[in-house]
Amino acid sequence: MAVNTSVSNAIEIAPTLPEALSPLQLAWRRFRKHKMAMLGVGMLFLLILYVSLGGIVFAKGYCAPLGQELRYEAWANCADTGQVRQAPSRLYPFGTDSIGRDILSRTIYGGQISLLIGVAAALVQVILGTLIGAIAAYYGGWVDSLLMRFTEAMLNIPSLFLLIVAAKFFGGKLPNINFLGRELTGNVVFIIIIIGLTSWMYLARIVRANVLSLRELDYVAAARALGASNARIILSHLLPNTMAPIIVTATLGVAGAILNEAYVSFLGLGVPSQITATWGNMLDGSYQYIEDAPWLWFFPGTLILLTVLSINFVGDGLRDAFDPRSTRHL
Amino acid sequence: MINYIIRRILQSIPQLFIISVILFLLMQSFGDPVATLGARTPPKPEDKERLRRQLGLDQPLYVQYIVWLIGNDWMLIDMDGDGIGETPGKRRGVLRGDLGNSLVTRRPVVEMIAERIPNTLILMLTAEILIILFSLGIGVYSALKQYSLWDNVITALSFVGYSMPVFWLALMLIYVFAVNFKRWGLPYLPTVGMFDPQIGKTSLELIRHMVLPVATLTIISVAGYSRYVRSSMLEVLNQDYIRTARAKGLRYWTIVMRHALKNASLPFVTLIGLDLPFLLAGAVVTERIFAWPGMGRLFLDHTARADFPVLMGILMFISVAVVVFQLLTDLVYSFLDPRIRLK
Repeated sequence: MAVNTSVSNAIEIAPTLPEALSPLQLAWRRFRKHKMAMLGVGMLFLLILYVSLGGIVFAKGYCAPLGQELRYEAWANCADTGQVRQAPSRLYPFGTDSIGRDILSRTIYGGQISLLIGVAAALVQVILGTLIGAIAAYYGGWVDSLLMRFTEAMLNIPSLFLLIVAAKFFGGKLPNINFLGRELTGNVVFIIIIIGLTSWMYLARIVRANVLSLRELDYVAAARALGASNARIILSHLLPNTMAPIIVTATLGVAGAILNEAYVSFLGLGVPSQITATWGNMLDGSYQYIEDAPWLWFFPGTLILLTVLSINFVGDGLRDAFDPRSTRHL
Repeated sequence: MINYIIRRILQSIPQLFIISVILFLLMQSFGDPVATLGARTPPKPEDKERLRRQLGLDQPLYVQYIVWLIGNDWMLIDMDGDGIGETPGKRRGVLRGDLGNSLVTRRPVVEMIAERIPNTLILMLTAEILIILFSLGIGVYSALKQYSLWDNVITALSFVGYSMPVFWLALMLIYVFAVNFKRWGLPYLPTVGMFDPQIGKTSLELIRHMVLPVATLTIISVAGYSRYVRSSMLEVLNQDYIRTARAKGLRYWTIVMRHALKNASLPFVTLIGLDLPFLLAGAVVTERIFAWPGMGRLFLDHTARADFPVLMGILMFISVAVVVFQLLTDLVYSFLDPRIRLK
């Protein structure tokens, strides 16, 4: 994929560099040369710029029902029933939705939440998967069999189905929360947790396999002989050596979580759209207007596609970068 | 071989048991289905109480689970609340093939699932056949022409396809091939259901209705699978026995098809085998968008109505299918790769 352009650079600077680069430095060098990964980083940067600063530029307008000029998220939530499903125009560049809200500003504030859900759910997934995998492998015996039977059982249930059931029956019961000065539906937290709870299994198996082979190595025996506690051995001796799959899974997990949120919300079971927009809940019900108002689903759907695509590019680049065998491709 | 199969089946019993316990506990979060019962004339509290007893919801959780598992036709249910059972139970339990009755339609869940399976199967099997053909074709082509223009184009497209939310692709296809084709006066494709009620249940109608959902499912899956085929094909093509075959002067296509593809398709078999039962579950989102009356739709419709016997039935059905397909995959694998001996 990536062309070997910077080999000459490497040769030029080689004399000034110490001979041994850390695995992380090597990975970073390979990552930088990965064209698609860098494209992904660039796209992600633009998307983050759009959702974080776009509100200052685009989110303002006259809200007729309230009779005043609104800015930022208030404008994104202003439902002007006189302007229902307006086609994109100068006033509403992305059109308006089924109850007359400005889609452009909703994609900005919804994007913040979708990205937040993606990152936080991936974090939950990584913490759970890593801990369960590491504990199962390190302690072995009945702990291992118990945890792995549970992991296998969870893997056998289609996760989208689990997600739908969980979303339906725990949803809507949480109070609103305040996050970074924004009022959010409690469902955001809930969706984060259930997406994390239904997606940790693959990582747990990868981490377990790695830790199983690592724990037999001499340096672990040495650490134990020096009196290191189990927690210390797991956290600072075993896990750092299985960081590569964890980082890759975390990255791809963000994309998976954004997609999962979109699916659940698309089915009308995710975050309710009244006070908190997400890219997912903007799509809820939009397919009923496919003939008359394609902009309802086109903009949020395309933003999801671009985000997931760029994260997958980055994840693929990371995977190649961490794989020592992948050097021949670069 | 027989021993292996028997052992695997025995091993899957605790696995299915754990799954059923997880699902059963999850279903408890539905709360009391009788409490939210509504009708034009709301049921009286004493009726609700009777219904609760009839459904066994007054029993402790472990009793409910046992009843779900082995039925209650061997015990007497206390319907009038005097502490003494007098009505014999009617449920036979999952182990004897009774998944209970739907709370909404009162029909046996087994019957409701059986009714939807053919619809889902016809959609999914068609899609799966196309997925396998296209993935193998595209994957092998990209591997043989590694780093060519077309390989790069396919790589880029497959990344897009892989990242595409299912609904986005489905809506896009509908917008182009149904909405706009209609607008431009071209022959357009239907988007809803399996048949047009005005034309009737003809096979041509069925095929016309299948085009868009099958295309949606196929494009999304081919994107991921073809990458997989490409990389395993590349790995095989670099091996010594391929070089030997070339040196012997075997024809190009004999090497590709008989020597390389056969070995490269091994991991692909595993992938397909493990994914098949999830296809059986129906692509929930696809079935929803195209109003396809399959398992996914059944699941969604009954989620909305908190009908837990149906949900539990569908999820258990899929879990059993997953276990069965895992076993089948292993058997097929050992057949394809003689190095693997199942003991």
